Amino acid sequence: MQNELNFVGRCLYDLNDYTAEEIYAILEASKVMKEINKRDYKKLPTLKGKTICTLFFENSTRTLMSFELAADRLSADIVRFASNGSSLAKGESLQDTVYTINAMGIDLYVIRHNLPGSPQLVHKHTGKPVLNAGDGHHAHPTQALLDIFSIWEKLGSLDGLKITLVGDIAHSRVVRSNLIGMRKLGAEVTVCGPKTLMPSQMSEVYGCKVEYDLKTALKDADVVMGLRMQLERQSEGLFPSLEEYSKLFTLSKETMKYAKKDALVLHPGPMNRGIEILPEIADSSRSVILEQVTNGVAVRMALLFLMLGGRM
Amino acid sequence: MLVKNGLVYQGDKFEKLDVLIKGTKIERVAPSIDETEATKIIDAEGKHVFPGFVDLHTHLRDPGQTHKEDIISGTKAAAKGGYTTICAMPNTDPIVDNIATVEYIKRKAKDVGYCKVSVIGALTKKSEGKELTEVASMLEGGIVAVSDDGGCVQNTKIKLNAMKYASNFNIPVIVHAEDYSLSAKGQINAGRMSTKLGLGGIPALAEEIIISRDIMLAENLNCHLHIAHISTAKAIQMVREAKSRGVKVTCEVTPHHLLLTEDACDNYDTNTKVKPPLRTEKDRLACLEGLLDNTIDFIASDHAPHSDFEKEKEFNLAPFGINVLETSFASLYTELVLENKIELTKLIEKLSTSPAKFLKINSGLIKEGCLADITVVDLEGDIHFSAETMVSKSNNTPFINQTFKGRVDTTICDGVVTWGAGTKS
Ligand SMILES: [Zn+2]
Repeated sequence: MQNELNFVGRCLYDLNDYTAEEIYAILEASKVMKEINKRDYKKLPTLKGKTICTLFFENSTRTLMSFELAADRLSADIVRFASNGSSLAKGESLQDTVYTINAMGIDLYVIRHNLPGSPQLVHKHTGKPVLNAGDGHHAHPTQALLDIFSIWEKLGSLDGLKITLVGDIAHSRVVRSNLIGMRKLGAEVTVCGPKTLMPSQMSEVYGCKVEYDLKTALKDADVVMGLRMQLERQSEGLFPSLEEYSKLFTLSKETMKYAKKDALVLHPGPMNRGIEILPEIADSSRSVILEQVTNGVAVRMALLFLMLGGRM
Repeated sequence: MLVKNGLVYQGDKFEKLDVLIKGTKIERVAPSIDETEATKIIDAEGKHVFPGFVDLHTHLRDPGQTHKEDIISGTKAAAKGGYTTICAMPNTDPIVDNIATVEYIKRKAKDVGYCKVSVIGALTKKSEGKELTEVASMLEGGIVAVSDDGGCVQNTKIKLNAMKYASNFNIPVIVHAEDYSLSAKGQINAGRMSTKLGLGGIPALAEEIIISRDIMLAENLNCHLHIAHISTAKAIQMVREAKSRGVKVTCEVTPHHLLLTEDACDNYDTNTKVKPPLRTEKDRLACLEGLLDNTIDFIASDHAPHSDFEKEKEFNLAPFGINVLETSFASLYTELVLENKIELTKLIEKLSTSPAKFLKINSGLIKEGCLADITVVDLEGDIHFSAETMVSKSNNTPFINQTFKGRVDTTICDGVVTWGAGTKS
């Protein structure tokens, strides 16, 4: 494990604050954690005495479980704040909420919020390291790291890889964080989706390619990631129907023919089988979708470990 | 009162002159006026003497939102910023859509204010964009324009009727141009930054479509349309073209749209959350160009104060608007005049002479017979903006904790010192 890099006390809002070298250090640490997770006895005493607060203002059972399991395996204490039915619903501001919680002696916050920039606000009012577990459409760095880890583990390096991300780009924090991370590690990334779901100036902001035709976008791809298509975009007038969407953008045997023969398939979940991805692809040998979930726990363990200065 | 030895604004130049004030008016402007002619002397040696600034666009928040600002704090902020006349926007609580509320503001400003306050009445009742307001009776109360600022009439037929009705009284209609269907959920300019930050975008088109519509209405009705806080290159070009074919259209730009771009929104600083949003560098340069070629008639503050607790929130939850009156001159002088982007005389014209002409008030110039509305500024003097030094109830400015050149030393309004040494308490 790298010693010269320092993660202690830093926040993780998104991957733009971390260098390629630091990202690789996180991946290496994740690999160690993944090995530990394969053991019979999976618990480490390394964060004993540390208190982690998970602030979840948005429903996300899976991400919350992944984080809490990660903290648990490192022996940290976990306190959970979920906004449903608690003070935020009563009109208390985020600021007041974290003031109160902070008084309980928290060492690190994990926050999931539907509004972008909320992690920065939590740090501003607590002074404690904050780990962004997804803020609005802005960023989801742990998801990006676990996606990158899944690719790195299988293919060794991201340098020069052709990666294609397909779906609702506009509303995806997963895409934004992945773009930053993948580009830092040298991948060539193409984003693809309907024009109405493509934010402006993507290539200028992220240095990626933008395609509106799936077959063109998939051409020679080493890695393909599908994204969840949400029905509510239809009522927002952004696309006509799920049927037409899947006709144009679904990952199937037919469309995946354009990618490289053994191209990896990822999906951040939860999947709409039959809409953005067909079972023939989701359940195929090239799919790493379930392994992404396994890797998620390892990556989150690595981050908590590094950010709280744990010892092996 | 005698303002002695200052460099006095004389339209296209500054001259070392003395300014003698008798009562509310300027009695004489001459190279050397004897000190015995006045009881109070204001030493302006080494300083500049400008006509008091005039603001067409202030949100005083009074009545109804006085935790953000009130007529006392807002006019005091104006006096500190060198303003002698400001115009109160009608989006208070209640909305200024009736003569009683117009009279409340006028009376309170007269009794306790630190500058003159003109009132802009609502264009539609409750600014709901549905029914016309009683313009004639509000005119009796002294309104100077009508506007639903803060909001925008979406229905074209209602806008047409409201403009037609207002044109009957020769009163300008001020538009805050925003197509709600395009700006919905928007937080900052739609573009590079909104993509990067994952914030909802407000496209330039949301402003331009309404401006294009309203210019057509103004042309068709021969009505005076004034466009508030113009912010996009294309919108400015539309005004330029409309003016050249004789449409009665004027427009204003805010200091922040002249000084900042969407880049300032990085890090989710809610002190950069304004409507219209801070745009691109291309738009900012177009604002500057429009100001220089007089497509843009003057600078208006869009002073829109909010309490700290309202602004210290998630970006999406914070309200739009910032404190401007206190920072406008110093920020514009430091960033534009000292950087040779605009002449000082031009800046004064755009902060004072031109808006005064718009309001048809006997102000905006320093000459015999004009009202004694005067601002004495030390261009070398530093001014620092911090929560401790702001006199507005609001601290939310993107220039907080920054220092600028161009400190207002003394503001004189109708012959009375309202800021600086000798201020009434
Ligand atoms: Zn406005």
